[in-house]
Amino acid sequence: MLVHSKGARRAVWILFFVLFLPVFALPLLVIVAASFATSWSGALPSGPTLAHYQDIAHGDAGQALLTSVLTALAASAGALTVGTWAALAAERLGRRARRLVDGLFLLPVAVPSVVVGLSLLVAFSQPPFLLNGTPQIVIIAHTVLVTAFAYQSVTAALTRLDPAYEQSAAGLGARPGYVLWRVKLPLLLPSLTAAAGLCFALSMGELSATMMIYPPDWMPLPVQIFATTDRGSLFAGAALAVTLMAATLIVLLGVSRIRTKAAYR
Amino acid sequence: MTTAPDRPIAPPEPAPRDRNTGPRDLRGKAAAGDGRSGIRFDSVTVAYGRHGEHTVLDRLDLTVEPGEVMALLGPSGSGKTTALRAVAGFVRPVSGRVLIGGRDVTGLPPYRRGIGMVVQQYALFPHMKVAENVAFGLKAQKTPRAEIAGRVTEALEMTGMAGYAARYPRELSGGQQQRVAIARALAIRPGVLLLDEPLSALDAQLRSGMMAELARLHRELPDVSILYVTHDQVEALTLADRIAVMDRARLRDCGTPQQLYRRPRTEFTASFVGTANLLPVTVPADGADGGGRVRFGGRTLRVPAGGAAAGAGATLCVRPHLVGLGESPAADGNTLRGTITEVQWRGATHRLYVAVDGHRFMADLRELRETPALGDTVALHFAPEDAVLIPAGLTEDGARDA
Repeated sequence: MLVHSKGARRAVWILFFVLFLPVFALPLLVIVAASFATSWSGALPSGPTLAHYQDIAHGDAGQALLTSVLTALAASAGALTVGTWAALAAERLGRRARRLVDGLFLLPVAVPSVVVGLSLLVAFSQPPFLLNGTPQIVIIAHTVLVTAFAYQSVTAALTRLDPAYEQSAAGLGARPGYVLWRVKLPLLLPSLTAAAGLCFALSMGELSATMMIYPPDWMPLPVQIFATTDRGSLFAGAALAVTLMAATLIVLLGVSRIRTKAAYR
Repeated sequence: MTTAPDRPIAPPEPAPRDRNTGPRDLRGKAAAGDGRSGIRFDSVTVAYGRHGEHTVLDRLDLTVEPGEVMALLGPSGSGKTTALRAVAGFVRPVSGRVLIGGRDVTGLPPYRRGIGMVVQQYALFPHMKVAENVAFGLKAQKTPRAEIAGRVTEALEMTGMAGYAARYPRELSGGQQQRVAIARALAIRPGVLLLDEPLSALDAQLRSGMMAELARLHRELPDVSILYVTHDQVEALTLADRIAVMDRARLRDCGTPQQLYRRPRTEFTASFVGTANLLPVTVPADGADGGGRVRFGGRTLRVPAGGAAAGAGATLCVRPHLVGLGESPAADGNTLRGTITEVQWRGATHRLYVAVDGHRFMADLRELRETPALGDTVALHFAPEDAVLIPAGLTEDGARDA
């Protein structure tokens, strides 16, 4: 506790809500409200309707949502595998090589994602790697963009992991693969699930790189939201956005419920 | 490279002290389950740094006989833990060989060495129950499934933890976790048990209980060689068959606890194994009566004959608890006089610090009825046979410089 007196603590709470509500919570509430509206000219939206959601249920938005979820699942699975593998391998490197690998994985975050999308488009538009116009290129782009987060959170968890566990396991006659599977990964599981959730959420919301590369038959939901609002259908777009939010939250809640015995340390 | 061995990495010369060179070596997976396997350090050097400039273990030669408890005793940074980790395979020597049960394991990874190891912080796997922790080594080594349950129970019973098999490590106290860690190490029936400061995380009372437990375990498993790293002389004196005293990356002395305590060969041993008064003395140049006398300040002290060259400097080691108050009752005893500079009451004993010709001299006396006052002049005596003469040359840098 940084603040001890009761009055000061209340003041801090008030400050928190004054800053938090307008910046974080209100815009989301506005979106939810707008998704049920037909017009919004006064202070509050008017003409409550469920039409936008009915359109989603019947239109191709369902397809877009499925596309987004599949892309995010594939991208986070790929990112988690690559990121964990790289983090485990980088643990053994010397300081310089280590820094190089860290920098390499940071690159997609440092480079604007539009550039990442464009570079993938250019790179894979020619044979023998002709991926332009396929769903795979979208998944690859998302994987590249979110791997950095998987790598970093696994690296952070590895540095906190006491080497005595690994050494005790090896001393008991366990081969490195067995140690990894039975000791290290279970101990890393809390970080792995957190990283998976983060990757999934980031991929679900990715727009700028996706815009550069998506093929017509693999249009993720954010792209459709953008297209819908771009056409001027603001309230239909809001309904799509709420759908995206809800789908992401449901998956995140599911991931966070994965029971991790190691978390009880 | 400053740490280059001054002799070539040993050719496979026959090891005279190694009793295990026999058909036993052909048993493939070797030490695991092998009842009799000692440890041998053959000029093992470990160094860190890009050019190996930090030597943490310098040409260690040491043999732990099968079934022996060897304590590696030394202050922190003395290289004792490094030596143990070299046996476990977590550090790789830059030169020399490590043998377990006569088998050269220097190049083997830890999981192929067949050792049991217990570390200071126990390192029980937090996501496994006690029984799963103990079964870990057996499963990792693909012990037949039918055998595992019995051996887990056996190991837990041996350490008195059979009632806790279904608990998680976090539900156990430090002492209980320690027992589980020992059970886990014993379950794989190692020929060699490595204990790295196993009791230092326990409080004093628990520690003496665990020391008795370890002694009992060793009686029950007489074939297991134990390498016991500690900085605590009481643990070493109590548990070890032999003690290897280490300091500054080197082995300084090695012997039975009684030898090291009663006949220390270096000043370091004398002061690290037990407490000691170390008096600078000279051996008379004439050596007329064939030794048995040394000069300390202006006086002559009687000591056991022999041990130091005539005319040389030496150190006289006298244990504080062998010192008595008053003039020596025996005619040939030694008497020192000085002023009391400090008195400590320790319950059963009084420790007096007495300045004798500017040297501090400690005496542990059975509790005195009247506490002596500071500044008093007292006489202290000790018998010639209770003093040990440590020759110079051995004192500065251990036995190698002799």
